[in-house]
Amino acid sequence: MALNALEQEALTALDLSRPRPLRLTDHLGLLRASSVVLFLILWEVFGRRVNPLFLSYPTAIANACAQLLASGEFQRQALGSLQVYAVGLGAALVLGIFLGLLMGRYRLAEYLLDPYVYALDATPRVALIPLLLLWFGLGAQAKIAVVFLSGIFPVLMNTFSGVRTVSSGLVDIGKAYGAGERQVFTKIILPAALPFIMAGVRLAVGRALIGIITAEMFTAVTGMGALLIRYSSAFATDKFFVPVIFLALLGVLLSVAVEALQKRLAPWKETERAL
Amino acid sequence: MLQVRHLSKVFFEQNDPRKPGLVALYDISLSVRKNEFVSLLGPSGCGKTTLIRIVAGLLPADRGEVLVNGKPVTSPGRERCMVFQQFGLLPWRTVLGNVEFGLEIEGVAREERREVSRKYLDLVGLKGFEDYYPHQISGGMQQRVGIARALSKKPDILLMDEPFGAVDAQTREQLQEELLKIWAKTDTTVIFVTHSIDESIYLSDRVVVMHSRPGCIKEEVVVDLPRPRWEGDIKADPRFAQLRARIRESLRA
Repeated sequence: MALNALEQEALTALDLSRPRPLRLTDHLGLLRASSVVLFLILWEVFGRRVNPLFLSYPTAIANACAQLLASGEFQRQALGSLQVYAVGLGAALVLGIFLGLLMGRYRLAEYLLDPYVYALDATPRVALIPLLLLWFGLGAQAKIAVVFLSGIFPVLMNTFSGVRTVSSGLVDIGKAYGAGERQVFTKIILPAALPFIMAGVRLAVGRALIGIITAEMFTAVTGMGALLIRYSSAFATDKFFVPVIFLALLGVLLSVAVEALQKRLAPWKETERAL
Repeated sequence: MLQVRHLSKVFFEQNDPRKPGLVALYDISLSVRKNEFVSLLGPSGCGKTTLIRIVAGLLPADRGEVLVNGKPVTSPGRERCMVFQQFGLLPWRTVLGNVEFGLEIEGVAREERREVSRKYLDLVGLKGFEDYYPHQISGGMQQRVGIARALSKKPDILLMDEPFGAVDAQTREQLQEELLKIWAKTDTTVIFVTHSIDESIYLSDRVVVMHSRPGCIKEEVVVDLPRPRWEGDIKADPRFAQLRARIRESLRA
């Protein structure tokens, strides 16, 4: 909103432009960046004093990274992991949202499906990996299955409770204006549950990442997880840190991406936040 | 225009037909002429909201029927539009998006519904607020959006469920006056639920006084005050005071 003439006058009289004393909270970005730089410097200094079998340090890791990238090995493994991750997570999100909507809206679907959903969700996914390897072998299929199982429950549960929390008042608005079941679903339930769904997606993205690494560490044939096993058994700690850092960056990137998507899809939530 | 015949509604605890919890409406009959402004007045729990929800088609009756232009009501219809107590706006839609909602459901093309919606936003004095979200504007403005949305469908009957109950006193008076002006411009029939005696007299042609347990109609009071009522101070008129006293008596007895 623009200020009117009187407000403008008041603002001039208030003269808020006076120099303020230096406050740390005015330079949060700078503080964060310096903290990271300081951490890296300390790591470099102390890391060099430790036996390289146990800990590496930033410049050594950078070297190892350059080596791995030059050989093309790292890219190949990373791409393999990402493909499995994308397929498994994609399937988990689609089916999770679909089943969550169905179970949230229809009692029948809820009663038919919830024993399996709760039982599977409560089971630690790691416990199922040996069975999945038995069924699908050491290739991509087993890993996709693990990623799928890791990702589907958070999104399904969140979608379900999102639909459940839609107030009957909102549904009434739709009905009062003549919306049929399909329109109530698409124009009321879905947008109302969207913040919950997105929270579920965010969780699923992280869980699926854990899923893919765990599966690859079990099979230890290909992918990031396999690299972790291989380098740690060889005591190549500098190389070991390359996939670790890659995974950390990937995790952050995905989280930022989902947050951006959330802002785009649910802008009305943004302005309600306290901080 | 609108006929309510021997309408009854019972609420059960946990939807269990063996546990009746409340006789919300018992044998209600009422008829409303075209263009009439009728208020349903009564204490909380007298079934006035239940009655308007049944008329809106949001709730089925247990006995009796509601006829609009001679046709029984079984579901919401485009000739009846509802303005809700808590404004009933969709928080994920902008002001314009909320007004468009009714027309969108009906399948009106985007351009046309935008144009119509802007026209009604203008009518309720919200030009320039199209892109705001509901939580960014005041309660009074939110209810104006609710009214614009209902009017945009050009309903024969406007159903208003304590529409001004959740706004401050000053805004309330302002909204009452605006409602009367809008009503004078359109040829809408209004059913208005309220628990404020003054509000019901100020607005209505007729006040239907209800009482609770079981919810039924106690008395219908015709308000023969001249219109327009926003000119001068009608609330200081002795006839207004008489009506107020009479209705208060009726509510108390």
